[in-house]
Amino acid sequence: MSLGFIGFLYIVSAILFVLGIKMLGSADTARRGNMLSALGMLIAVVATMGNQGMSYTWIIIAGIIGAIVGGTAGRMVKMTAMPELVGLFNGFGGLASLIVAWAEYHSGRIGLTAFTSVAIVLTTIIGGITFSGSLVAFGKLTEKIPGKPILYKGQQLANGGLLALALLFAILFICNPEGMYFVFILVILVALVLGVLSVIPIGGADMPVVICLLNSYSGLAACFAGFIISNNVLIVAGSLVGASGLILTKIMCKAMNRSLANVLFSGFGAVTEGGGGGGGGYQGEANPISASDAYYILEAATSVVFVPGYGMAVAQAQHAVRELGDLLEANGAEVNYCIHPVAGRMPGHMNVLLAEANVPYEQLLEPQDSNPTMTMTDVAIVIGANDVVNPAAKEDESSPLYGMPIIEVDQARTCIVLKRSLNPGFAGVDNPLFFKDNTRMLFGDAKATVSELVAEFKES
Amino acid sequence: MITLLLFVFVLAMFLGFELITKVPSQLHTPLMSGCNAISGITIVAALLSAGKGNGGFTIFLGTLAVMFAMINVVGGYLVTDRMLSMFTRKGDK
Repeated sequence: MSLGFIGFLYIVSAILFVLGIKMLGSADTARRGNMLSALGMLIAVVATMGNQGMSYTWIIIAGIIGAIVGGTAGRMVKMTAMPELVGLFNGFGGLASLIVAWAEYHSGRIGLTAFTSVAIVLTTIIGGITFSGSLVAFGKLTEKIPGKPILYKGQQLANGGLLALALLFAILFICNPEGMYFVFILVILVALVLGVLSVIPIGGADMPVVICLLNSYSGLAACFAGFIISNNVLIVAGSLVGASGLILTKIMCKAMNRSLANVLFSGFGAVTEGGGGGGGGYQGEANPISASDAYYILEAATSVVFVPGYGMAVAQAQHAVRELGDLLEANGAEVNYCIHPVAGRMPGHMNVLLAEANVPYEQLLEPQDSNPTMTMTDVAIVIGANDVVNPAAKEDESSPLYGMPIIEVDQARTCIVLKRSLNPGFAGVDNPLFFKDNTRMLFGDAKATVSELVAEFKES
Repeated sequence: MITLLLFVFVLAMFLGFELITKVPSQLHTPLMSGCNAISGITIVAALLSAGKGNGGFTIFLGTLAVMFAMINVVGGYLVTDRMLSMFTRKGDK
């Protein structure tokens, strides 16, 4: 292919990426949008392969291995394991960009100007942070590494020092890229360590923010790789991903009423342990009930809203929940599912699980749709959610959660909370919801409890 | 050339911000994983390193990058499609 034609194909693929992302924003077109963007990727790959003087042997071997690994993982993964898989894929993207920067530096054919040196260093640092950060996130999500924030004295100082070191090496490299192979390797190493240390202090429930941010980084790494080889399709696609990741990050932070800096540096959850933790903060008595008590409440209800949280994913209860929802509907109740934007371990995590269980899209509500009608709702069933339904976020100014938008289940006529114990949630903050007069506690494993309720309905 | 590249970068960032702002939270996961697959575009650079590398080590690095980028691309699109195939409206099935 001529260079002009390749350039033309790159434009086509950039257009397909833009259209694809646009269509991903609406439920009716999302699937076609994803396919368009995949087509764009295919065109970009084919166009690149059409360059004069390419040798294909290694490309084909590596491509086939990658396609088999990615394809198998993508096909086999359970929906509950989705956050860690997306995190891992993301890390590989970052790693690929880092290696590309290395390869271009090693070959030296692009000509090491100040501009390309800056691009090489940026790609390397961002790609490295994306890779090792994603691996740590993967470890936390699969619980190979403790999900709790890992903090130590002087942590921020250490991270700051490391960042300064990375900058120092970067500047050294940019000033004299030719003779600086050793410094370049140091940049790689510092970036990898920085990725690990910056994700380690972040707790499990803040993972939605981290995953979004790493996603954004992997896009930016690809974008900067585009600067290295002066390729517009990389720049366009990479910055689209970078921008979308940043926006999702912002949305997640807003849903928790915290700044990005607070999420990244505060080690939320670990620090509050001394204060509100331990379960003694709120006085009052919880009202425990049995599954058959709950059945009588639900049997009489005409409107029910389910509020799932990470606990539903852990118990894999989504199918049982949908079955209960169907039975309630057959019983004449209006059933909805209200999902907090940060429930679970990645943005929209609960939506994916409930969609897997065949809950129709229209029944998946956002808090702002569901809260206004909450006072007219007979029963709100909270399944493995905690902090996102904590009324202290509205009522108690001293609570670390204060100001976070919540799902106001305490406003429903009755609120049934499915939970394993009265322990506070991830944030270590007591939940006064459990002690409210209209709250009933149904203790036990979420899936087992919901299945019991399903059985009660079927017997009657 | 440099200004042109930066020009494209700035415009594409703005376009990205404009495209994403109004996505319902139900679609956040597929959007993120779809974007994740797009970030595998770095495969284009990897292909050039592997296919036109001027030395054994460059080709080796390029090949490695092709493999990782390919995992990202194929896995990312597949997973996104699987997720989206589950989002159905009432009466679709």
